[in-house]
Amino acid sequence: MHIKICPETFNPWSEVADYPARSKMKPGSYGACSVFVGFMRDFNLGDKVRYMELEHYHGMTEKLLTDYAEKVHQQYALAELLIMHRVGTIYPEDPIVLVAAWSAHRAEAFDGCRDMMEYLKAKATFWKRESLEHSEDQRWVDNRKAMP
Amino acid sequence: MTVSVKIFASLREDLGIDGANIRSSDNMTTLDVWKRLTDKKPPDNLLCAVNHQYAGFDSAVRDGDEVAFFPPVNGG
Repeated sequence: MHIKICPETFNPWSEVADYPARSKMKPGSYGACSVFVGFMRDFNLGDKVRYMELEHYHGMTEKLLTDYAEKVHQQYALAELLIMHRVGTIYPEDPIVLVAAWSAHRAEAFDGCRDMMEYLKAKATFWKRESLEHSEDQRWVDNRKAMP
Repeated sequence: MTVSVKIFASLREDLGIDGANIRSSDNMTTLDVWKRLTDKKPPDNLLCAVNHQYAGFDSAVRDGDEVAFFPPVNGG
């Protein structure tokens, strides 16, 4: 299990490709990997967005994600779980979040990945502030207005 | 006792502070800490944590605790 808060951009696909060897998962021990990657859009609530700042509560974010990942790992009998999340300045098309779950069979990988991602959205202590195009305005994003 | 307080995101801008150290000779709850921090009414959507765990506004705080106040989260 690995959880990383990333101040710099990352390539989610190479992270997923490299992780089995890095985590020392036994080759042939898993039969499924479910991956969710969230990217930054260049629009929100009808406005064009130039970039956003992603803030987190250092310490609490890591603790929440670690505690819940351990629960998910056990509940779905996962072989491995990888979670990465950006902080700092993020531009459209940049990956924001990666959740990847490896398991023996697909159901556990799908369910574990989804469960972890929904928890992250609902509880992990991150906040987004958008900078809009044609404007010096910045606004905090209200999660209650977000699409599921 | 002394507790350290951290404030995040839009709430930090609304209050104009990012944290404080609050001293008290009496026992305090998280709501007491808020009232020592500001005269403003707590927003309806205010969240709080003690030592990196979500907490209620009636949660007791102890000497050395870290109390955080913040708006609804928005990751992913």
